[in-house]
Amino acid sequence: MVFSPKHLLGIEYLSPTDISTILNLAETYVHLNRKEQKQGGTLSGMTQINMFFENSTRTLASFELAGKRLGADVMSLAVGASSIKKGETLIDTAMTLNAMNPDLLVVRHPQSGAVDLLAEKVNCAVLNAGDGRHEHPTQALLDALTIRRAKGRLHRLNIAICGDISHSRVARSNIFLLNKMENRIRLIGPQTLMPSGINKFGVEVYEDMNEGLKDVDVVMMLRLQSERMDGAFIPSKREYYYRWGLTAEKLAKAKKDAIVMHPGPMNRGVEIDGDIADDINRSVIQEQVEMGVAVRMAAMDLLAQGLRTHRTKSASI
Amino acid sequence: MKSLLINARIINPEAGTDTLGSILIENGKISGIYTDNQNFDFKIQTTIDCDGKCLAPGIIDIGVKIGEPGERHKESFRSAGAAAACGGVTTMVIRPDTEPTVDSPEILEFVFRRAVSDSIVNVLPMAALTKGRNGTEMAEIGFLKDAGAVAFTDCDHVVTDNKVFTRCLTYAKGLNALIITHPQEPMLSNGACATSGALATKLGLPSVSPYAELMQLQRDLALVEMTGARVHFDQLSCAAGLNTLARAKGKGLSVSAGTSIHHLTLNEQDIEGYPTFFKIKPPLRSEDDRIALIDAVASGIIDIISSMHTPQDEESKRLPFEAAASGAVGLETLLPAAMQLVHGEYMDLPTLWRALSLNPAKLLGLNVGRIEIGAPADLVLFDPDKPFILDRSKLLSKSKNTPYDGRTMQGKVIRTFIAGEEVYRQ
Repeated sequence: MVFSPKHLLGIEYLSPTDISTILNLAETYVHLNRKEQKQGGTLSGMTQINMFFENSTRTLASFELAGKRLGADVMSLAVGASSIKKGETLIDTAMTLNAMNPDLLVVRHPQSGAVDLLAEKVNCAVLNAGDGRHEHPTQALLDALTIRRAKGRLHRLNIAICGDISHSRVARSNIFLLNKMENRIRLIGPQTLMPSGINKFGVEVYEDMNEGLKDVDVVMMLRLQSERMDGAFIPSKREYYYRWGLTAEKLAKAKKDAIVMHPGPMNRGVEIDGDIADDINRSVIQEQVEMGVAVRMAAMDLLAQGLRTHRTKSASI
Repeated sequence: MKSLLINARIINPEAGTDTLGSILIENGKISGIYTDNQNFDFKIQTTIDCDGKCLAPGIIDIGVKIGEPGERHKESFRSAGAAAACGGVTTMVIRPDTEPTVDSPEILEFVFRRAVSDSIVNVLPMAALTKGRNGTEMAEIGFLKDAGAVAFTDCDHVVTDNKVFTRCLTYAKGLNALIITHPQEPMLSNGACATSGALATKLGLPSVSPYAELMQLQRDLALVEMTGARVHFDQLSCAAGLNTLARAKGKGLSVSAGTSIHHLTLNEQDIEGYPTFFKIKPPLRSEDDRIALIDAVASGIIDIISSMHTPQDEESKRLPFEAAASGAVGLETLLPAAMQLVHGEYMDLPTLWRALSLNPAKLLGLNVGRIEIGAPADLVLFDPDKPFILDRSKLLSKSKNTPYDGRTMQGKVIRTFIAGEEVYRQ
């Protein structure tokens, strides 16, 4: 098993083999997580700091649990509330934490590229838990694992990503990942929420949901942020639901066994009909959350292995 | 006091010539231009052998930001003057977007005093068009003009209120004052730090379409046509507005335009990886835009190349791209970067020097920027070919935020003269 990246900053920087390596290891953690005895020891003795400059419940919980199940000492900081308000810069905060010798730093930041910047300044492994509209690699990985388990493969699938592509890091990471694994990607949403130049990303762009969902294997819905709902990008919530909300009628255009995904938290009745979200035959939304923990365990495990190898090497020199 | 510069490759932007010869300087002015190095029958105090290197009018750089008043830790008149001399810039035309804004004769007087005492190159100040650059009340254009302001600009702020702007233009016309505007539609470009397209989308950065530039240009041109005022556009950065500008010039409107050296030598691909030294305003554009701009400079549609020297300290650049300050220093890199356009065979030296020196002088009604008997001997002697690797730590500017760090550049200043006096020697 070869996994060379020092950090997990984005899917863009991973090879298809890297992706498969993470997913394969994650499978073993899915099994572990379903046992009563959930402890693995691969991060034992290591320190993981979660630094979240932006609010998060599920991603933070998922990373925290992943670290704890692997035996790391986990500390979570909601930085938004403390130092930043005192005028400390991102780099100063990072340097301060770096001086405490963490092994893994998990960072979420509202600005694109912030995690890349931070990774240049610290000497531990950095995991991007979402930076601005740039990337959210562990989300794409957990989506990939969910798809692979539901469909039995992660290639040659028709996958639709629907909604606010423009402001979504989840969409960007998924586009990179699914393209690397050779799938056919369709993006569906209002033109106001399609970023410029998106046609150069190896995707097909649709405005009409009924057309775009035709014969797809996977329907990925994206969250519509409330500040974008009324008037600014779309006329109203109800018009959005009417045109792009996932209803049984629209889903009927997809393949019979198509699965429905959502990164959460959901706006029921805006981007997705509540009944579909809860339909255990179609929705894999709960499974996504489960895969999230496993994928994060795998990613941290691999990065920690890399750290150990690197340290052993430098010690022997 | 007579000094003679011999064996010079004289770049004359007005005549469009590039010929070997000598220049005689007397009492700070050019008093003789000779096409050979024959015997001179008069007594000369100093003779400088230029060794076949280029001798051109010093650069007149419109739009230099100095940190005085307000941000002297970023750049002072002393440091900027030294940097300018080293870069062959003999006149800095400085921006009023300081803290406080240069919008009253009192602040302008402070600027003059500091400039005269500290800067080794000429300084000409511009003043704000509206008080506090707020776009609501006109500044005291008459007082400021008489106190020495050479142009009026709110810099990167756009006067959005059409009524206010129309009155400013009309009032300025009465004084024959030059107004410099920033052609960027502010609502569209608000918050943007990249140009719309695949790269900005991949990086997840807020971006703006080149049409924001065209839109503002069109508004400004309509009001110029309506009022007859004299307007210069500080920076055109995309191909989108060039035809519109050319048409306006064809119609005989008194408009001119500049561009920054960064938009002529860098493109949006440079912001891959989020290097904040490449964050400038307007943002870097596509390669097609860059080539179109170079063609526009060569053909004269764009009149002026500026460095848009904007010093920023490390703290304001060591931030995520979106949060980082905009701007790059350029006084010392303007000449070598501009030489790329000559080495790339886009234009010859006299054409380049029209944009760097003659056109800015004409725009401001100055008698410099020419190789002409009676013109002040503000000259730069440079080696157009000398290669070097730019090391930002060696810059004389207090701030080192250059996008060219580590790049191989060609073209180095050997000596700079202000009114015949040497202010820089390599």
